[in-house]
Amino acid sequence: MKISSFKQYIKLLFALSIISSLAGCSSLGVEPWEKDQFARADMALNNEKLDLALDDHIYFSKEGTSGGRSLAGGGCGCN
Amino acid sequence: MQLTSKQSIASALAMASCSLLSQQASAQEPVPANDDWKVDAAIMYYGEQDRVQAVEAIGNVQKAFGEDSLLDMKIVVDSLTGASASGAVAQSISQTFTRPSGKGEYTVDPGETPLDDTFQDTRVQLSANWQEILNPDWTVNLGVYGSKEYDYLSLGLNAGVERSFNKNNTTLALSGAYTNDTVDPVGGRPVALSEMVFRGDYDGDDAFQAAFDATRLDGDDTKQTADVMLGVTQILNRNWLMQANYGFSSVSGYMTDPYKILSMVDGNGESHGYRYENRPDSRTKHSVFLLAKGALDSGVIDFSYRYNTDDWDIQAHTLETHYRYYFTPSLYGQLHLRYYQQQAADFYQPFLRTEVALPEYASADYRIGDMSAYTVGLKFGHRLSGGHELSYRIEYYQQNPENNGTDIPGELNNQDLFPSVKAIVAQISYSF
Repeated sequence: MKISSFKQYIKLLFALSIISSLAGCSSLGVEPWEKDQFARADMALNNEKLDLALDDHIYFSKEGTSGGRSLAGGGCGCN
Repeated sequence: MQLTSKQSIASALAMASCSLLSQQASAQEPVPANDDWKVDAAIMYYGEQDRVQAVEAIGNVQKAFGEDSLLDMKIVVDSLTGASASGAVAQSISQTFTRPSGKGEYTVDPGETPLDDTFQDTRVQLSANWQEILNPDWTVNLGVYGSKEYDYLSLGLNAGVERSFNKNNTTLALSGAYTNDTVDPVGGRPVALSEMVFRGDYDGDDAFQAAFDATRLDGDDTKQTADVMLGVTQILNRNWLMQANYGFSSVSGYMTDPYKILSMVDGNGESHGYRYENRPDSRTKHSVFLLAKGALDSGVIDFSYRYNTDDWDIQAHTLETHYRYYFTPSLYGQLHLRYYQQQAADFYQPFLRTEVALPEYASADYRIGDMSAYTVGLKFGHRLSGGHELSYRIEYYQQNPENNGTDIPGELNNQDLFPSVKAIVAQISYSF
């Protein structure tokens, strides 16, 4: 009983923190004409996608965990 | 043209340097390239000291259809050779192992970590992804994936949706993937924790083959993976953005490594045979990924942190950074640092004990044991005329496996049970 109410409390806290952080996001950011830096190719999140894909493959093959940055992109027998 | 005098050599040099200078000047101007097609290609070498060597070629073609549609296609071909750790422990005497196929044996010298040298494979991977901007706020994508190697086939589908808010300063992304893998190991799938048999213990080939077959299961097996990822990307100010992702993954099916074994060790640390490993057939994974990326006056920098946890009790922390500095507008250098630390799966053990009853699950694969690893990398890139870019990088990667708290008996204390793995990565990339 106590545990389930504690879990509910945690869930509520989690939901509230997501809502408040999303609401907080609305005060962050810049005007459209201030986005010159984000138009740079090297600021794109997938700018070095081949390097990231190759790194992911190495670490996927050699370590016990993987992914995080994006969906892992499929499996192989290398693990 | 044949050069007949010193004067013509001088004028030819002058012409050549002028053309080089004009090329430099044009590289700094925005070039009206053909935006419809974008091609990235790279070839990478990965080499471990005394172990696995791999060469991987990767090509990515992007084709835009109007303003709103984008097709992305990728091909990867890789080739692996060399030896990988079998899971057995080093001994003060030489050790002989039956190959996974059951055909032939290999011997490991005293004091050496047992490596299975039959590791050899070629893999081809194809994937395609379609992205469609529905309106200024909504973007969707759909993709297919396939990867084939001799003993493994992976087929997958993925889809995602993105919604922009707050003058495009905030993007929420939800994506999902489903993958079905088929495993058909060389020599068949070992019976869980069955004992390795040796040709020398049998009178004839038929008797040995019958004993070997008794340790194997018929046919192939499958593994299903369902992934869901929820992400938010937020522009913080004129120079900085951040990304936060939560990933959930549910895997069911065959996750045992059919080529990995464990030594059966007595109280003196002496080995009395080997057993094939066995892993659970379900795994639920969670990941949290945080990234901050900033535009600097003469470069770019990013920092990321990743936390992984799963119901195999593996927990991992990854810290990573890339820092790029432009020496000139067309030449940059980049530093890559990564640190990884992992806690062992609950069924990981470096060896089995002869006097203890067999557990349900066991693996001595150091890749799911306690481990830390680091990467140091350098990359240089040239921006060429016409929007082309040539880059090369070299990286050093070292893994330091550690004892997960297991008592080490007798003579095993004289062996290096957790040897480091050292690897070099070298890569050349070209984009146009």
